[in-house]
Amino acid sequence: MSRLTQFGNDLYTGQRSFDFVGRRNTWYLIAAVFVILAIGFTALRGGFVFGIEFRGGSEFRVQSTSVVEQGTAVATSIADEAVASVVPGASPRVSIVGGDSIRVQTEQLTPAETEEVRAALAEAYGVAESDVSSSFIGATWGADITRQALIALVVFLVLASLVLAVYFRTWKMSVAALIALFHDLVVTAGVYGVFGLEITPAAVIGFLTILGYSLYDTVVVFDKVRENTSEDGVESRRTFAQSVNLAVNQTLVRSINTSIVAVLPTASILLIGSVLLGAGTLRDIALALTVGTIVGTYSSIFLAAPLYVHLRQNEPEVKKQGSRPRVARTESGAVR
Amino acid sequence: MARTTTERKAIRSLVWLLVIIIALIAANGASVLFNNGQWTPKLALDLEGGTQITLSPQLSTGEAVTPEQLERAVAIIRQRVDASGVSEAEINTQGNQNIVVSIPGEPDDETRERIQSSAKLEFRPVLAADLPSPDTIGEEGAEDPATDPSASPSAEPSAAPSPTASPTDASDLAWITPELQEQFDTFDCASLSAVGANVAPTDEPLITCEQDGSIKYILGPVEVAGERIADARAGLVTSSTGVTTNEWGVFMEFDAEGTAQFRAVTERLVALVGVQNQFAIVLDGSVISAPRTISAITDGRPQISGNFTEESALTLADQLKFGALPIGFEIQSSENISATLGVSQLQSGIIAGIIGLILVAFYAFFQYRALGGVVLASLIVAAVITYLIITYLSNQQGFRLSLAGVAGLVISIGVIADSFIVYFERIRDELRDGRSVDGSVEAGWKRAWRTILISDVINFLAAVVLFVLAVGNVRGFAFTLGITTIVDLIVVALFTHPLMQLLARTRFFGSGHPLSGLDPQALGAVYRGRAQFRAPVGVASTKVASSSREAQRRQTIAERKAAQSSSEGKDAR
Repeated sequence: MSRLTQFGNDLYTGQRSFDFVGRRNTWYLIAAVFVILAIGFTALRGGFVFGIEFRGGSEFRVQSTSVVEQGTAVATSIADEAVASVVPGASPRVSIVGGDSIRVQTEQLTPAETEEVRAALAEAYGVAESDVSSSFIGATWGADITRQALIALVVFLVLASLVLAVYFRTWKMSVAALIALFHDLVVTAGVYGVFGLEITPAAVIGFLTILGYSLYDTVVVFDKVRENTSEDGVESRRTFAQSVNLAVNQTLVRSINTSIVAVLPTASILLIGSVLLGAGTLRDIALALTVGTIVGTYSSIFLAAPLYVHLRQNEPEVKKQGSRPRVARTESGAVR
Repeated sequence: MARTTTERKAIRSLVWLLVIIIALIAANGASVLFNNGQWTPKLALDLEGGTQITLSPQLSTGEAVTPEQLERAVAIIRQRVDASGVSEAEINTQGNQNIVVSIPGEPDDETRERIQSSAKLEFRPVLAADLPSPDTIGEEGAEDPATDPSASPSAEPSAAPSPTASPTDASDLAWITPELQEQFDTFDCASLSAVGANVAPTDEPLITCEQDGSIKYILGPVEVAGERIADARAGLVTSSTGVTTNEWGVFMEFDAEGTAQFRAVTERLVALVGVQNQFAIVLDGSVISAPRTISAITDGRPQISGNFTEESALTLADQLKFGALPIGFEIQSSENISATLGVSQLQSGIIAGIIGLILVAFYAFFQYRALGGVVLASLIVAAVITYLIITYLSNQQGFRLSLAGVAGLVISIGVIADSFIVYFERIRDELRDGRSVDGSVEAGWKRAWRTILISDVINFLAAVVLFVLAVGNVRGFAFTLGITTIVDLIVVALFTHPLMQLLARTRFFGSGHPLSGLDPQALGAVYRGRAQFRAPVGVASTKVASSSREAQRRQTIAERKAAQSSSEGKDAR
């Protein structure tokens, strides 16, 4: 059998155990540092960089059948050069419209820049300047759809925490899961902020996916915690914290397997998206998903479970459970 | 006996799955045969290209569009487009006055009509008409005097227009100058649809026709603008005695300003006779309804009744509600666009997805040996079902697969595979507790199913909330996420579990062959032998972990013996 199976056996029996719950202050600290770094660096860079759909932007249309016939790739490279000569670092979105014109979208340009780009495009495509029209996109995506997405986010969080509270019969699991979720969202969004990647509608969709996935992953871990902690009553030799820790260890192999299985397809999309296609919807979604999946798995283990113990450790019943274990513990061999 | 029951159950589940798949194929086949459906899902604008319609406002000279008006118009058009089904229409403003509607694929006439009729709605009094209207407008419960013969108007305006007098109110026939009368006489309703939207300044009379060209009108200046309508709905009319009749009507509600305006107008109109008693609802320059006024409306809640069918009442209510655009629009351009790298994005997405799946399969085989085959088979079954559902919905509901939808499918590989991983790990846990393979499959399933169920509920909740509340691109994504979550439950319950039940009875898996992924020697027995983690069965011990204690309790005698002999075998080795 593979070594991971062996590893799984050890974790299941408690032969080998990672102290996820006991060393929780370390994990809290690490999470806090990540959250602060994510927020801090994003703030230092002057906030998130938003895509054209959020800010609005400039759009150029070039009438030229000859360029259209050469295909999108050629048209794109010509437009890239022309736009870059006026506005360095801009990454225009180029598409062929109708069959006789090329559409070039850039960030919102000043009127002077717009004229320059227009001239540059006309020259690059070899058409008269009158064949290049310019206009700009209103930023309705940002105003309209983001607001709806935020409402959806809040409604989902409220409903999900209710469902979890009812299912697990304690609101404390909901709270722990939500804090972990918050951490995942901040860190994932932080990757965009820290590296100055554009937040596009696709990236927002990626964030929303993480929302579901992160909570999903936490629920799987918590269900094992529920199973373990409900099985041992007051007479248990394990403290509450030890029970939770054993549960996390027992699901560790699952967590590792799941995150690898979830990351493999998204990572391959990320790779192919960014190597073959450059910036685009696929890369934006895949990046958010890849980062979010890894962070989501991490937070379920290192944040959600310890937080849950933290929230419950002062309950009288839970305290009682921990009062008797000292002697038996050494012989049990189940928890080390 | 027990075995055959389990086997029979497992086979029954698999048959059910087959029934579901065949039903989906049949449903798809039916839509291909009868509804011009396809065997492949339709693609959204970003993958397939689509139609982009630019709407520009129709302004009389000197007028300008405010950003608020534009924003309102965008919201209304989005509402209309969304109402036509699950399509990922993108609606943007352009250049501070145009509205750009991007519709995936080639929109059908109905959808195009919806956008095109982005009309300006206004209420104008009728000055002259060549036919009276059968519809009436009145307060709820008002008697319908449709049978009253005195209400039949003259075909021509009876009062002789005096060109010199300036009109005193909107109903004053002085609006009809000889030139206007001449225009009216020569006006051909057929020319109206060709012209498209019929614009006239709001403070001047308008010559126009009923939408179907049946009645010709001269209308007075605008008295109430369409924006004043707060709500409109269709319903059955209540008679004055409070009894619900079988007659359909449209119920409107005005805002405060509209209520005051409408009250003033109806108070005047109710006193007039003939066609002048009529009130025209003008949508995009043509009259959609011109009911007679039978009472003054003081509360801003008029009711239009008459020869409505359920359908025509609903249409009018929709037009009143959604047609209330602050400005009139005309289609400036409508063109087919190729998406931004759409096709190559889709190809790359599919290639990446396949590479990802192969990697997942490799990992599954590495981790779970022969059970990796179960993972792969389950993923393939899930893929087939998902594909069929998406194709079916694409044919029936107008669902379109976007790049975001593809992303939803990709993340679902992880979520679906996770169900198998949770299940397998639970089976292994049971094996570690010393159960037989088929016992572990059953016990592991009971525990895993709970976990899979609650975690999928959370995922489904996320999908539903996003689908209901979010707009545009996000909806398509939420849709695929929700579908795959349900598919996950179907596959794991009707395929993976029954398959495991059957496999547990084969020699290869049942005896825990080292390559089966279910080798009890490698999983549990090791620890019972060496570390005495689990005391030999039969000896009461308080040293065991409670979970294994519980497992022990559940063991059958046969299982216990098997476990004992296997652990003895281990010791002997």
